[in-house]
Amino acid sequence: MALEVNGVAVELDEEGYLMELEDWTPEVAKTFAAEDDIELSEEHWDIINFLREYYEEYQIAPAVRVLTKAVGKRLGKEKGNSKYLYSLFPFGPGKQACKYAGLPKPTGCV
Amino acid sequence: MAIKKFMFVNRKAPYGSVYALESLEVVLISAAFDQDVSLAFLDDGVYQITKNQDTTGIGQKNFSAAYKALGDYEINKLYVEKESLEERGLTIADLMPLMWEDEDDDYQEKSSIYLVNRAEMADIMATQEVVISF
Repeated sequence: MALEVNGVAVELDEEGYLMELEDWTPEVAKTFAAEDDIELSEEHWDIINFLREYYEEYQIAPAVRVLTKAVGKRLGKEKGNSKYLYSLFPFGPGKQACKYAGLPKPTGCV
Repeated sequence: MAIKKFMFVNRKAPYGSVYALESLEVVLISAAFDQDVSLAFLDDGVYQITKNQDTTGIGQKNFSAAYKALGDYEINKLYVEKESLEERGLTIADLMPLMWEDEDDDYQEKSSIYLVNRAEMADIMATQEVVISF
Protein backbone atom coordinates (compact mmCIF):
# COMPACT_ATOMS: atom_id res chain seq x y z
CA MET A 1 0.00 0.00 0.00
CA ALA A 2 1.04 3.57 -0.55
CA LEU A 3 -0.28 7.05 0.06
CA GLU A 4 0.25 9.70 -2.59
CA VAL A 5 1.36 12.99 -1.07
CA ASN A 6 1.99 15.80 -3.55
CA GLY A 7 2.83 13.26 -6.21
CA VAL A 8 5.22 11.25 -4.05
CA ALA A 9 4.28 7.75 -2.91
CA VAL A 10 4.68 7.10 0.82
CA GLU A 11 4.80 3.48 1.89
CA LEU A 12 2.08 2.17 4.23
CA ASP A 13 1.72 -1.07 6.15
CA GLU A 14 -1.18 -3.47 5.56
CA GLU A 15 -3.37 -1.52 7.98
CA GLY A 16 -2.69 1.83 6.38
CA TYR A 17 -0.17 3.22 8.88
CA LEU A 18 3.12 4.75 7.79
CA MET A 19 5.85 2.18 7.30
CA GLU A 20 8.63 4.64 8.21
CA LEU A 21 8.17 7.32 10.82
CA GLU A 22 10.70 9.47 8.96
CA ASP A 23 8.38 9.69 5.95
CA TRP A 24 6.00 11.90 7.91
CA THR A 25 5.37 15.53 7.03
CA PRO A 26 2.38 17.70 7.92
CA GLU A 27 1.25 17.05 4.35
CA VAL A 28 0.96 13.35 5.17
CA ALA A 29 -1.44 14.14 8.01
CA LYS A 30 -3.49 16.40 5.73
CA THR A 31 -3.66 13.73 3.04
CA PHE A 32 -4.80 11.05 5.51
CA ALA A 33 -7.42 13.47 6.85
CA ALA A 34 -8.66 14.35 3.38
CA GLU A 35 -9.24 10.64 2.72
CA ASP A 36 -11.54 10.65 5.76
CA ASP A 37 -13.22 13.92 4.64
CA ILE A 38 -11.74 15.79 7.58
CA GLU A 39 -10.12 19.19 7.47
CA LEU A 40 -7.52 19.48 10.19
CA SER A 41 -8.13 22.25 12.70
CA GLU A 42 -5.79 23.64 15.29
CA GLU A 43 -7.38 21.27 17.81
CA HIS A 44 -6.52 18.30 15.60
CA TRP A 45 -2.94 19.51 15.31
CA ASP A 46 -2.65 19.82 19.09
CA ILE A 47 -3.36 16.11 19.41
CA ILE A 48 -1.22 15.10 16.42
CA ASN A 49 1.75 17.09 17.72
CA PHE A 50 1.23 15.74 21.20
CA LEU A 51 1.30 12.17 19.87
CA ARG A 52 4.48 12.80 17.91
CA GLU A 53 6.17 14.20 21.01
CA TYR A 54 4.95 11.28 23.09
CA TYR A 55 6.36 8.81 20.59
CA GLU A 56 9.62 10.69 20.38
CA GLU A 57 9.98 10.44 24.15
CA TYR A 58 8.67 6.94 24.87
CA GLN A 59 8.98 5.12 21.52
CA ILE A 60 5.42 3.85 21.79
CA ALA A 61 2.03 5.07 20.68
CA PRO A 62 -0.01 5.58 23.86
CA ALA A 63 -3.19 3.65 24.57
CA VAL A 64 -6.37 5.75 24.39
CA ARG A 65 -6.73 5.84 28.17
CA VAL A 66 -3.17 7.13 28.55
CA LEU A 67 -3.67 9.63 25.74
CA THR A 68 -6.86 10.96 27.32
CA LYS A 69 -5.23 11.47 30.68
CA ALA A 70 -2.11 13.08 29.23
CA VAL A 71 -4.12 15.43 26.99
CA GLY A 72 -6.13 16.56 30.00
CA LYS A 73 -2.96 17.35 31.84
CA ARG A 74 -1.23 19.07 28.94
CA LEU A 75 -4.07 20.83 27.08
CA GLY A 76 -6.60 21.36 29.83
CA LYS A 77 -9.14 19.27 31.73
CA GLU A 78 -12.00 20.05 29.33
CA LYS A 79 -10.05 18.26 26.57
CA GLY A 80 -9.00 15.26 28.61
CA ASN A 81 -12.02 13.13 27.89
CA SER A 82 -12.93 10.66 25.21
CA LYS A 83 -15.98 12.65 24.09
CA TYR A 84 -13.76 15.54 23.05
CA LEU A 85 -11.19 13.29 21.40
CA TYR A 86 -13.87 11.35 19.52
CA SER A 87 -15.39 14.62 18.30
CA LEU A 88 -12.06 15.34 16.61
CA PHE A 89 -11.26 11.78 15.56
CA PRO A 90 -14.54 9.93 15.07
CA PHE A 91 -12.80 6.69 14.02
CA GLY A 92 -11.10 6.47 17.39
CA PRO A 93 -8.49 8.84 18.78
CA GLY A 94 -5.95 6.05 19.19
CA LYS A 95 -6.16 4.62 15.73
CA GLN A 96 -7.02 7.65 13.65
CA ALA A 97 -4.88 10.27 15.38
CA CYS A 98 -1.88 7.94 15.50
CA LYS A 99 -2.28 7.27 11.81
CA TYR A 100 -2.36 10.98 10.97
CA ALA A 101 0.67 11.51 13.22
CA GLY A 102 2.62 8.87 11.31
CA LEU A 103 2.88 6.56 14.31
CA PRO A 104 2.33 2.82 14.28
CA LYS A 105 -1.00 1.48 15.51
CA PRO A 106 -1.11 1.76 19.31
CA THR A 107 -0.06 -1.33 21.21
CA GLY A 108 -3.13 -3.12 22.46
CA CYS A 109 -5.43 -1.66 19.82
CA VAL A 110 -7.32 -4.30 17.87
CA MET B 1 -14.29 -8.57 35.60
CA ALA B 2 -12.59 -9.60 38.82
CA ILE B 3 -9.22 -8.02 39.42
CA LYS B 4 -6.40 -10.50 39.62
CA LYS B 5 -2.82 -10.08 40.66
CA PHE B 6 -0.65 -10.54 37.58
CA MET B 7 3.12 -10.66 37.66
CA PHE B 8 5.26 -10.60 34.55
CA VAL B 9 8.68 -12.09 35.22
CA ASN B 10 11.54 -10.85 33.04
CA ARG B 11 14.72 -12.92 33.04
CA LYS B 12 16.33 -12.23 29.68
CA ALA B 13 18.58 -9.49 28.32
CA PRO B 14 16.71 -6.84 26.29
CA TYR B 15 18.28 -7.66 22.94
CA GLY B 16 19.40 -10.91 21.32
CA SER B 17 16.00 -12.48 21.78
CA VAL B 18 12.47 -11.20 21.44
CA TYR B 19 11.42 -11.99 25.03
CA ALA B 20 11.88 -8.55 26.59
CA LEU B 21 10.01 -6.67 23.86
CA GLU B 22 7.22 -9.25 23.75
CA SER B 23 6.88 -9.03 27.53
CA LEU B 24 6.67 -5.24 27.39
CA GLU B 25 3.95 -5.40 24.74
CA VAL B 26 1.90 -7.89 26.76
CA VAL B 27 2.34 -5.75 29.87
CA LEU B 28 1.09 -2.64 28.06
CA ILE B 29 -1.87 -4.56 26.67
CA SER B 30 -2.68 -5.99 30.11
CA ALA B 31 -2.98 -2.45 31.46
CA ALA B 32 -6.11 -2.01 29.34
CA PHE B 33 -7.88 -4.66 31.42
CA ASP B 34 -7.57 -2.88 34.76
CA GLN B 35 -5.74 -5.70 36.51
CA ASP B 36 -3.28 -5.48 39.37
CA VAL B 37 -0.07 -5.76 37.36
CA SER B 38 3.47 -5.96 38.65
CA LEU B 39 6.78 -6.73 36.97
CA ALA B 40 9.78 -8.65 38.24
CA PHE B 41 13.28 -8.21 36.87
CA LEU B 42 15.80 -10.89 37.67
CA ASP B 43 18.82 -12.63 36.17
CA ASP B 44 19.78 -10.89 32.87
CA GLY B 45 16.31 -9.32 32.91
CA VAL B 46 17.72 -6.51 35.04
CA TYR B 47 19.55 -5.26 31.94
CA GLN B 48 16.14 -4.39 30.41
CA ILE B 49 15.85 -1.30 32.59
CA THR B 50 19.47 -0.15 32.66
CA LYS B 51 20.32 3.43 31.71
CA ASN B 52 22.01 4.59 28.53
CA GLN B 53 21.20 1.62 26.33
CA ASP B 54 22.70 2.02 22.88
CA THR B 55 21.61 -0.28 20.09
CA THR B 56 23.35 1.43 17.18
CA GLY B 57 25.88 -1.40 16.90
CA ILE B 58 23.27 -4.14 16.54
CA GLY B 59 20.84 -2.34 14.26
CA GLN B 60 17.83 -2.88 16.51
CA LYS B 61 15.34 -0.39 17.86
CA ASN B 62 16.19 0.81 21.35
CA PHE B 63 12.86 0.40 23.13
CA SER B 64 14.11 1.16 26.63
CA ALA B 65 12.32 4.54 26.72
CA ALA B 66 9.02 2.68 26.67
CA TYR B 67 9.60 1.47 30.24
CA LYS B 68 9.32 5.12 31.28
CA ALA B 69 5.73 5.10 30.01
CA LEU B 70 4.70 2.31 32.40
CA GLY B 71 3.78 4.88 35.05
CA ASP B 72 1.28 6.45 32.63
CA TYR B 73 -0.28 3.01 32.30
CA GLU B 74 -0.59 2.80 36.09
CA ILE B 75 1.97 0.01 36.23
CA ASN B 76 4.08 1.11 39.15
CA LYS B 77 5.29 -2.01 40.92
CA LEU B 78 8.59 -3.01 39.39
CA TYR B 79 10.45 -5.47 41.62
CA VAL B 80 14.16 -5.76 40.94
CA GLU B 81 16.15 -8.55 42.51
CA LYS B 82 19.11 -7.28 44.47
CA GLU B 83 21.25 -10.39 43.99
CA SER B 84 20.78 -10.29 40.21
CA LEU B 85 22.09 -6.73 40.15
CA GLU B 86 25.04 -7.56 42.39
CA GLU B 87 26.02 -10.65 40.39
CA ARG B 88 26.32 -8.38 37.35
CA GLY B 89 28.22 -5.61 39.11
CA LEU B 90 25.22 -3.29 38.89
CA THR B 91 23.52 -1.07 41.44
CA ILE B 92 20.19 0.70 41.45
CA ALA B 93 22.05 3.78 40.17
CA ASP B 94 22.62 1.91 36.89
CA LEU B 95 18.87 1.63 36.34
CA MET B 96 16.65 4.20 34.64
CA PRO B 97 14.65 6.26 37.13
CA LEU B 98 11.17 4.87 36.47
CA MET B 99 8.51 7.02 38.06
CA TRP B 100 4.76 7.33 38.36
CA GLU B 101 2.55 10.22 39.41
CA ASP B 102 0.33 9.72 42.43
CA GLU B 103 -2.98 11.44 41.61
CA ASP B 104 -4.11 11.02 45.20
CA ASP B 105 -1.04 12.78 46.52
CA ASP B 106 -0.95 16.03 44.50
CA TYR B 107 0.60 14.29 41.46
CA GLN B 108 3.84 13.64 43.29
CA GLU B 109 6.38 11.69 41.30
CA LYS B 110 7.24 8.44 43.04
CA SER B 111 9.62 5.68 42.11
CA SER B 112 8.12 2.50 40.67
CA ILE B 113 11.26 0.49 41.41
CA TYR B 114 11.42 -1.72 44.48
CA LEU B 115 14.72 -3.37 45.25
CA VAL B 116 14.05 -6.73 46.91
CA ASN B 117 16.24 -9.66 47.84
CA ARG B 118 15.76 -13.19 46.55
CA ALA B 119 13.69 -14.36 49.53
CA GLU B 120 11.43 -11.30 49.36
CA MET B 121 10.97 -11.84 45.62
CA ALA B 122 9.86 -15.42 46.28
CA ASP B 123 7.32 -14.17 48.82
CA ILE B 124 5.96 -11.55 46.41
CA MET B 125 5.63 -14.19 43.68
CA ALA B 126 3.79 -16.49 46.07
CA THR B 127 1.06 -13.86 46.56
CA GLN B 128 0.33 -13.60 42.80
CA GLU B 129 -2.64 -15.23 41.12
CA VAL B 130 -1.08 -15.29 37.68
CA VAL B 131 2.67 -15.40 37.00
CA ILE B 132 3.82 -15.14 33.39
CA SER B 133 7.48 -15.73 32.63
CA PHE B 134 9.46 -14.28 29.77
